[in-house]
Amino acid sequence: MTKHFVGDTAILTGRSLRHITRSMDTIITTAVTPIAMMLLFVYVFGGAISTGMDNYVNYLLPGILLITIASGTAYTSYRLFMDMKSGIFERFHSMPITRSSVLWAHVLTSLVANMTSLVVVVLAAVLMGFRSGAGVLTWLAVVGVLVLFTLALTWLAVIAGLSAKTVDGAGAFAYPLIFLPFISSAFVPTETMPRAVRAFAENQPATSIVNAIRDLFAQRPVGTDIWIALAWCVGILIVAYMWAMVTYRRRIS
Amino acid sequence: MTAQVPAVHVQGLEKSYEELRVLRGVDFDVARGSIFALLGSNGAGKTTIVNILATLLKPDAGTARVSGFDVATHAADVRQSISLTGQFAAVDEVLSGRENLVLVARLRHLKDPGPIADALLERFALADAAERRVSTYSGGMRRRLDIAMSLIGNPPVIFLDEPTTGLDPQGRLGVWQAVRDLAEAGTTVLLTTQHLDEAEHLADRIAILHEGRIIQNGTLTELKQLHPPARVEYVEKQPTLEDIFLAIVAEDGTDSDAAIPGTATDE
Repeated sequence: MTKHFVGDTAILTGRSLRHITRSMDTIITTAVTPIAMMLLFVYVFGGAISTGMDNYVNYLLPGILLITIASGTAYTSYRLFMDMKSGIFERFHSMPITRSSVLWAHVLTSLVANMTSLVVVVLAAVLMGFRSGAGVLTWLAVVGVLVLFTLALTWLAVIAGLSAKTVDGAGAFAYPLIFLPFISSAFVPTETMPRAVRAFAENQPATSIVNAIRDLFAQRPVGTDIWIALAWCVGILIVAYMWAMVTYRRRIS
Repeated sequence: MTAQVPAVHVQGLEKSYEELRVLRGVDFDVARGSIFALLGSNGAGKTTIVNILATLLKPDAGTARVSGFDVATHAADVRQSISLTGQFAAVDEVLSGRENLVLVARLRHLKDPGPIADALLERFALADAAERRVSTYSGGMRRRLDIAMSLIGNPPVIFLDEPTTGLDPQGRLGVWQAVRDLAEAGTTVLLTTQHLDEAEHLADRIAILHEGRIIQNGTLTELKQLHPPARVEYVEKQPTLEDIFLAIVAEDGTDSDAAIPGTATDE
């Protein structure tokens, strides 16, 4: 059965990508909120925030990218939930296809959709004055971290989509993830926070990921942040993937 | 091995949802090429049986074989020889009717998915709506598309779970005709229904599922013999509302949403 895994996944990915191209609003909504936030922070609050960097857009962008991914994956669990609810999942599962390709199609679609939203957000940031002298390799490193982060959150979204009872419940997992960057180094340096908040902020995944991407963009040595960031992403990815598979097996039998 | 293996063989099937014992030892066979109706009220466990046979659900006890393959140990072979049309039309709303059919044909690894889709669209009177998104389809059109999707790849055994629920009279006749056509072509059809007349009109054999067991299983004639002999009564034969409705609608000319050709409208 697994000999068709790649083919079946490609066919099913094509199907769910068509859902996105036919309602571009999911991409636009995913990109609009982070862009609005970026406008708010750069042109309203930004003047009052001292970051030690003269370009606040440069400071802000990495956190905004994480928010984009977190809100984008809410649609992943939404799409998955709708497939379960409509019965089309059962149709696929009763057909002679590789069953796991049904999940992988959603994961790949999530990746494509989120990367598209990220491109839109980065372009908006460029218009607002984001600049980076980073070379191709550095950009690839940034993309790599973002892909890993997207995959990690996508598998979390799969768990949410598979176990939700209502449409609203399916997307709700994303809210805390969207807010995670606020209590990190994404908007303001953590040094200004009270001790307890600062301890949380400095030891949660968003801070290390944001710092790593910010250093990459600024062509500064990334130090240990990149390794902590990768460890978080890979760790969340593995745990979420295994949990999602257990949930999936429980749901289909 | 000349002895005919039944298309579906179910023995001692049990399934509980927590405390609720839905199936308490279900036994029946479905002969190849026949139409078998599983009759029962809501919640009798019809869908549970179908889902077990379609490898979507694991039984707690008992055996179920489809085309000779055990659903528990040879699920992949079972899936190769079946098609399921679930209780609710499992179609992709965002895609067009044609794209839905092409999708299934590609997933079944068939060559030429395009012509296969076109032939089915024609056969189920959906050609005019082929390029429209399914979200714009009526209930009857969805159901027809749903059944058309199940026929792709000509699986020898088809499960239809309450195929006419929510359909108007023409839609229902269209589905009935499709089921008869399938059986004529040699496909085994297991359908569930809560409408007695549906079982009466279509099925070669009827099994009545009640409180988790098959309490009767036989042909319509056999089942009729179980009851007191028919008395002769003289009753004025009034047309049923359904007769009237169908007659009026048929006079009204052709409707793109009418039933499958050869059923509702005379041309």
